[in-house]
Amino acid sequence: MTGIGLLTTGLAAQDAGAGFDPLLPGLILLLPFLGFVANGILALISGVRGADRVRAGETEGHGDSAAGRPLTQSLPTWIGPGVMLVAFVLTLVNFVALLGVELTEPVIRSYWTWMATGTLTVEAALQLDQLSLIMMMVVTGVGFLIHVFSVGYMKEDPGYARYFAYLNLFVFFMLTLVMGANFPMMFVGWEGVGLCSYLLIGFWFQDREKADAGKKAFIVNRIGDFGLLMAMFMLFALFGTLDYVAIFEAAPEVLAYGGFAATAIALFLLLGAIGKSAQVPLYVWLPDAMAGPTPVSALIHAATMVTAGVYLVARASVLFALAPVGAAAVATVGAVTALFAATIALQQYDIKKVLAYSTVSQLGFMFMAVGVGAYAAGVFHLMTHAFFKALLFLGAGAVIHSMHHALHATHKDWDAQDMRNMGGLRRFMPVTWLTMWVATLAIAGVWPFAGFFSKDEIIWFVGTSAPAGALYVVLWAMAIATALLTAFYMTRLMVMTFHGSNRTGEGERPHLHEAPLSMTVPLGILAVLSVVGGWVNVPGSIRESVFGGFGLLPMSDWLDRWMEPVTASAQAIRLEEVGAYAATAPVGGGHVVWGAVATGLALAVVLVGARLVGSREIRPATESEAPEAGVRKLLYNKWYVDEFYDRFIVRPLVGLSRFCWRWIDQVLIDGTVNAVGTVSRGFGWFGSLFQTGQINTYAFIVTLGALALLGVLIF
Amino acid sequence: MLAEALVLSAILFVIGTAGVLIRRNAIIMFLCVELQLNAVNLSFVALSQYIGIEGQVFVFFIMTVAAAEAAVGLAIIISIFRHYETVNVDNFNLLKW
Repeated sequence: MTGIGLLTTGLAAQDAGAGFDPLLPGLILLLPFLGFVANGILALISGVRGADRVRAGETEGHGDSAAGRPLTQSLPTWIGPGVMLVAFVLTLVNFVALLGVELTEPVIRSYWTWMATGTLTVEAALQLDQLSLIMMMVVTGVGFLIHVFSVGYMKEDPGYARYFAYLNLFVFFMLTLVMGANFPMMFVGWEGVGLCSYLLIGFWFQDREKADAGKKAFIVNRIGDFGLLMAMFMLFALFGTLDYVAIFEAAPEVLAYGGFAATAIALFLLLGAIGKSAQVPLYVWLPDAMAGPTPVSALIHAATMVTAGVYLVARASVLFALAPVGAAAVATVGAVTALFAATIALQQYDIKKVLAYSTVSQLGFMFMAVGVGAYAAGVFHLMTHAFFKALLFLGAGAVIHSMHHALHATHKDWDAQDMRNMGGLRRFMPVTWLTMWVATLAIAGVWPFAGFFSKDEIIWFVGTSAPAGALYVVLWAMAIATALLTAFYMTRLMVMTFHGSNRTGEGERPHLHEAPLSMTVPLGILAVLSVVGGWVNVPGSIRESVFGGFGLLPMSDWLDRWMEPVTASAQAIRLEEVGAYAATAPVGGGHVVWGAVATGLALAVVLVGARLVGSREIRPATESEAPEAGVRKLLYNKWYVDEFYDRFIVRPLVGLSRFCWRWIDQVLIDGTVNAVGTVSRGFGWFGSLFQTGQINTYAFIVTLGALALLGVLIF
Repeated sequence: MLAEALVLSAILFVIGTAGVLIRRNAIIMFLCVELQLNAVNLSFVALSQYIGIEGQVFVFFIMTVAAAEAAVGLAIIISIFRHYETVNVDNFNLLKW
């Protein structure tokens, strides 16, 4: 046995072994943290220097690209993406090692006892199994690409080092979330990514609006965290432990199927997932979160953090399988969110807002999948979505970058993110154009792009859940409607941004340019992944048909089989209590027929949508007016949900707080305290009247006292 | 005989007390304190006839202490008078809060 092997077995609390010996899992977690520390120190140094410059009276320009880049600029360029690359390679090594073995029990690496209080013992332990490894692959892989992209995107920002520090810290917490072997570890990651999300949304905190968006994200997430905490309390009360393995093994015995406890736990977990994954009704923070730098939107608010809710449901699959009401609620929330967000995306003009609502909608799809028990399908869509949505966001970032430069060059105060100001960018940014079309076709669900396989699998599973209740037929219809809307709004985005005539303006046009290599290379890699990413989980029947090139596509049902050990017990419960999935969708047809219908419809919508949007006359934002009335106005204003929340939740809460402050606190509490003080002082004043300082007075009082005593003695 | 002696003692004591409380002249107050002491002495002497010789012993002690006290007290009063040029106690308020 090697030295490392000795060390790790020595550390292992319970080593399931089975031939899989993870290579330095702790280091994967530690690397981004070290990156955070290093970049954080550099950020502090550059912050102090910047403050000195400001005090010296120099105006802070757009970085200092000409006068030799200081170390605080050049070091993060290597540290930030560097630690991610090493972490990714380590994860890849582990992943490949796990490919070769049949692992039925998760491997747990316990490092130290984090808390030991009475009956609760929590280990600082990492869990490596199929689910956590696939999440780690997405987090480190897509994360690395986005770090590289950020080098080009954030180059001129004065907070460059701070940006990479936050980004590394985010990856550290995200890895904690997916690698933790118990609920408290996961919760640390859960809160940590929330913190980093807050820090990065409000990265340009000088802008009041952006700082407020960060606060909104943080506060809305607290509601979800309440649910997660409640679920953890209940789990501890019932199981006496918070370790995944122990809970999920004991769950079928401890929790009755469909019982109150199981349902309550599932619903509280769902509340946590809703908050983090931006589902109805707590989705409102995600569109606002677009205030952060665009690569942040790609990494945190599209590819990784917001999928934590899906991960949570997949991880706790046993608990949801035991609570049919909870699982149905997950699916319903997902379907409602998917459709609702897709409708809003139809009428948005901010390129990032469209993508934000698209993300909310796609997360809804994942919720549908895990809600109907198709955990592998949910994780599959999570993965492919990470590829194509990160690509879309990064592409949008490249567009915004270029637009910003062009508008900045001529000091035009137009919105660099408004698609009405773009148009015809294809000629200036061919790589971005091409890669984003790949992602658009992927998200629209056109064969053979990744989204076709993952999204249609979800629709398929929702449809074939129909025997379990009429609800699923409705959800199925909603899912199909959402898929069509998705194809349309994404086509609209592409056509408005890249096609037609350019609306940026004569003076600005020469300044439009393709993004630098550090940005286009990640786009290219993600584009490739957006195509081939779906091929890892091709259903057998599809693979044999024309859609699989009659068996040419490499793998069949690989992800389903990969995820089997993680979801086996949940699937067993489901099979026993609910029954198997139907062989066909509610409206007839098997895999292949629906595959053909779906891809045909998606392609049709893309083509018709392109024609429709292309024929419409679009004017720059300053010359066009907001929709006057009707559905368009409703969608343009996002169904007035923010206004509704403001009127019925935020303002009453503020009013209540103001009442508590003005009356309960200032009048009642402060009044009581002040009254006690006033009364004491009054007594003191009265007592001080007797203390004249004249000896005669005292003598007189002594005499009176003596006389009184004498009187008492005598009479 | 005892009753008259005790009544006289009481009268003297009350006069002394009243003097201390009412008058503001330090020397008069001082004299009144002496009056109180001697009123007590009178009671001691009167009662010693019935109780024992101890009362008369106490009287000697009191007279001794009173003599010493008179010496100190008068010295203080003279000293104060030199400073303030008055012996009215109302003016002696330097240490009053």
